[in-house]
Amino acid sequence: MADYKWPDAQHRTLIGTRQSRLDGPVKVSGRAKYTYDQNPKGLLAGAILRCPHAHAKVVSVDTSAAEKIPGVKAVQVLQGPGKEVHWAGDEIVALAAINEGIAEDALRAIKVQYEVLPHFVDDATEPKSAAEETGPLALDDLINMFSNQVPEPQISSTVQKRGISFPVTDDLVKRMRSFNVGENVIKALQSAPQKSPESTRSPFKKSAVNVTGDPDQAFKTAEATSEGLYGVPVITHCCLEAHGVIAHWPDAEHLETQVSTQNVCGMPDQIAQALTGIGIPISASNIRNRQQHVGGGFGSKFAADRWSLAAAQLSKKAGGAPVKIMLDRRAELEVAGARPSAYAHVKLAAKKDGAITAWDSQSWGTGGPLGGNMPPIPYIFTEIPHQRKQHISIATNIGPARAWRAPNHPQAAVLTMCAIDDLAARLGMDPFDVFLKNLPLTPRANVYEAELRKADELMQWKKRWHPRGDESSGPMKRGLGLSIHTWGGRGHQGAGDLTIHPDGTVEYRSGTQDLGTGTRTAIAMVIGETLGLPLNAITVKIGDTNFPHDGGSGGSTTIGAVSAESRRAATDALNELLAKVAPTLGVAPDQLEALYGTIRVKDTQGKSITWKKACSMLGATGVTAHGQNPDPSKPPDLTNSGVGGAQMADVSVDVETGIVRVNKMVAVQDCGLIINLKTAESQCYGALIMGISYALFEEKIMDPTTGRMLNPNMQFYRLAGYGDIPELVVHMMTGPGYDERGVIGLGEPPVVSPGAAISNAVANAIGVRVPFLPITPDRVLAALEKKGGAA
Amino acid sequence: MRAFEYVTPKSKEQAVGLLSQNWGDTELLAGGTDLLALMKDDVVAPKRLVNVKSIAGLDAIGYNARTGLRIGALVRIADFADNADVRKYYPTLARVADDAASPQIRNQATMAGNLCQRPRCWYFRNGFGLLAKDPQSGKSLVVEGDNRYHAILGNDGPAYFVSPSSIAPALIAAGAKIRVFGPSGARELPLEKFYVIPKSENEREHDLRSNEIVIEIVVPPPSGERFGHYEVRQKAEFDWPLATASVALKMSGNKVQAARIVMGHVAPIPWVCDKYVEATLLGQPLTETTANAAGVVAAEKPGKSLGKNAYKIRLAHVAVKRALLQAVKET
Ligand SMILES: Cc1cc2nc3c(=O)[nH]c(=O)nc-3n(C[C@H](O)[C@H](O)[C@H](O)COP(=O)(O)OP(=O)(O)OC[C@H]3O[C@@H](n4cnc5c(N)ncnc54)[C@H](O)[C@@H]3O)c2cc1C
Repeated sequence: MADYKWPDAQHRTLIGTRQSRLDGPVKVSGRAKYTYDQNPKGLLAGAILRCPHAHAKVVSVDTSAAEKIPGVKAVQVLQGPGKEVHWAGDEIVALAAINEGIAEDALRAIKVQYEVLPHFVDDATEPKSAAEETGPLALDDLINMFSNQVPEPQISSTVQKRGISFPVTDDLVKRMRSFNVGENVIKALQSAPQKSPESTRSPFKKSAVNVTGDPDQAFKTAEATSEGLYGVPVITHCCLEAHGVIAHWPDAEHLETQVSTQNVCGMPDQIAQALTGIGIPISASNIRNRQQHVGGGFGSKFAADRWSLAAAQLSKKAGGAPVKIMLDRRAELEVAGARPSAYAHVKLAAKKDGAITAWDSQSWGTGGPLGGNMPPIPYIFTEIPHQRKQHISIATNIGPARAWRAPNHPQAAVLTMCAIDDLAARLGMDPFDVFLKNLPLTPRANVYEAELRKADELMQWKKRWHPRGDESSGPMKRGLGLSIHTWGGRGHQGAGDLTIHPDGTVEYRSGTQDLGTGTRTAIAMVIGETLGLPLNAITVKIGDTNFPHDGGSGGSTTIGAVSAESRRAATDALNELLAKVAPTLGVAPDQLEALYGTIRVKDTQGKSITWKKACSMLGATGVTAHGQNPDPSKPPDLTNSGVGGAQMADVSVDVETGIVRVNKMVAVQDCGLIINLKTAESQCYGALIMGISYALFEEKIMDPTTGRMLNPNMQFYRLAGYGDIPELVVHMMTGPGYDERGVIGLGEPPVVSPGAAISNAVANAIGVRVPFLPITPDRVLAALEKKGGAA
Repeated sequence: MRAFEYVTPKSKEQAVGLLSQNWGDTELLAGGTDLLALMKDDVVAPKRLVNVKSIAGLDAIGYNARTGLRIGALVRIADFADNADVRKYYPTLARVADDAASPQIRNQATMAGNLCQRPRCWYFRNGFGLLAKDPQSGKSLVVEGDNRYHAILGNDGPAYFVSPSSIAPALIAAGAKIRVFGPSGARELPLEKFYVIPKSENEREHDLRSNEIVIEIVVPPPSGERFGHYEVRQKAEFDWPLATASVALKMSGNKVQAARIVMGHVAPIPWVCDKYVEATLLGQPLTETTANAAGVVAAEKPGKSLGKNAYKIRLAHVAVKRALLQAVKET
């Protein structure tokens, strides 16, 4: 077995360079085909009837009139009489027809009776009288904790303390392992007390108080304290390409799907289990899922979802014809993903020099019907010696939560970094200094210090910072704000196969997917680097379950995985090639290297053969090597975990209108060894734009009376446009201290800080905290009024 | 979208003949940037769609120093904003048109379509009706619910939406008239009279019968007035403003002789300020103080919050102040 490692800096030809995406041209020219764009022969239009009520019981469903409409090929009731629906827009009936128009007409012909039940859609108001939750955890509670990234030790202790109301089956254990759940949690579950479920009707669940050290004493003896209210609302993913699927049965036993997904290889298992459960037995190996491009997922596209199953059911009923169901914009925003909200009163105690001594938080939030967990607070400054935390989870009818890029971190960053910024203001200190002062409370103090200093240089923070409240005349006030963040990002388990053909062509196959992050390009760069070939000599095939199984693209785990897999496969394949070629060149294989399209003897001039010639010695089949990134229980070699970043925002606020404009943002970010510098920077640019969007515009707005989302379209669900995007400066930390750590993911971390940094900049500009994101004119004016008039 | 009949009349007479006596049966299609969204969302569901784009002679702009500017109903917003005469004689109107929506929309949308676009009230757009009543309680969903973008003036009900065009208030300030063609020929009315507050669900927000079409907008020639226009926009573009003010001032020296102030996005109609607002300015020089006082009288005094939109009173006040100051700063 080879010893796998990355080439050091002086031996890199491709890694670390800036390369444009290989699929850029097909994307910008419209030739890239997304699930949405595929229209196979005989395609039927699928459509879904959705529940108009936020909370209701289905009483009856009558599809007879719809079935009689000519052109309707299949009708499938998804939630029949007796089913309780917990959010508006939930799926009731699916059908397939020969075109969209007929499908829509048929939906209107369906009669559903509901018993309308009371709904609750308010999460921003602080719950006053919630009793502490002590009853056993339901399976949903557990899943919710996982998707909210609750630290595993906390999950274990909660499970042990409160018990569980569901059986820990072998199947469940298997599934948890496939999601990399730690063995300690599994043990805790297996030994947890079994209790019967409690049926509480209150939407509020209060967690036990979580205490570290002696917060009472710390606050009593504190030299300074500050307190504030902070919050982040529910937002939606709003994928440019909505969720959706095309499904067809080429024969009675085989199903082919094209799910718009972040998780190509995860689909067959999920679909097989679900279909089997509803009476269509099929094994995962008989399902093939494919996808070449996806128009955004941001964490919301891991599950097969009910519409994928519906498409498979409808196709089966329609004799196997392909059925396409894509969510319309309203459904996309109403049902396909809500990022949980988080609000908190936070109190901090500190010494006069800014050193934080204690944290106290009363938080609440919702992630839909299942409530929502406390974000990981205090964020990054986890070593604050004295802490008291309590969280109220609110169950609401706003639609189901889904992981949103860096689940719970943006919320945690707002609750923490804004509180620290307020403390700095209280102490009359520059927050830059207060952050530096407290870095020993973080896990990677040196890195954060380097990143903050770099950000200072790029923003001219030290030169430009002023105490809270811009004193200059006129209504436009300017301010600076900062935040830091963290993420894991180790590569997941997965694999790819690399073949060197006798004609010299190189082909790589893996079931991974390219979310638009440049996965294809990164793989080609790693292989090109390893084999000494230019990028265009490498063919990368991905997005097909017929290729080696790879993991879902979530949690920033893709780049670490695909780079490690392709490096391994390429190294092994190359070693085989070198062994074949070595006799010709008259040296041992380990004396050879692949560089600039040749195989040559290391350290000697001249002795070499061309790549093509070398490959012709491979025999008829060439060589194929399998590259597998080991599972997370093994120590990592080519990939790693743990990144940091610092961001700064420069904003202007019109204190007469409350309008906020971002003037400039700086992002400084580390992520170990960077494969493609260009797409790494692009991740940060994109994250800053997405961050400006959720800081200033995004909010899932629910109507109290009807329980429906009021802004389920792009005119009301505002996203930052060109005019709202300022100068963006990105700096990647590379070189010694970073590169040798291996490849680490970057999808999540840069999107964590913008909300906190922008909120802090607004406070610095106008002299008062605007408690909740998004920072809209009404909120800015209200905060100013509370403070006592315009700044 | 529901199935519909699609017809393309060649003349305005033909078009009128194809229109129904009842709202809802037929709709006029111009650029479609608003109407198609309404149809897709099932907010309107006409049985017949009357495409007016092929009616000859409705797409011209003509300027004459004596009679002023004539804008055909089908003139696209982008062409209006780019027109040399408009830029020369009505630079404020050109700028207002340039700031509306986005380049794509301005290239497709027509001037009449802009003036006739339907309200952006999210209850209306989500299918709860123009007056958005809760079918159970009969109460206004707007008053009971989220009214952060709703009216602060003219909001005694049952209509609470705001008039959506940002161009209409500027045209009204410039004294524009609108020409409408129906079964009994053409009629002309001041643009401000074209907007009405509906009292029942089957009324519309324009003084337009279901079998009439807008054919032309007429703006009088400039007469030495000074114009100003200010829009409070949260997003820089591709969005409607939160509040606007358009002003036309007659000055005598540095004193205000006459003032016409029209606020947008604050009421179910473009809101023409009354004489009390003008009175705060008459005979005064325009300064930060007088402009601010006018804003107070225009918005803060009469403005009424529905619960979540109090901030819009402030925005309207500031818009009036800034539009006034701009009018005397620029020409
Ligand atoms: C994202 C976005 C942002 C926008 N921002 C702004 C903004 O800032 N300011 C602004 O003013 N507008 C804004 N708009 C609205 C846009 O200007 C209108 O959609 C457009 O002007 C409508 O013109 P149209 O020709 O496409 O009309 P259509 O969609 O064809 O018609 C709109 C309505 O007018 C009726 N109608 C059309 N022509 C006539 C006629 N000749 N006679 C009688 N009735 C007629 C139609 O029946 C329909 O009810 C925005 C739109 C979008 C989508």
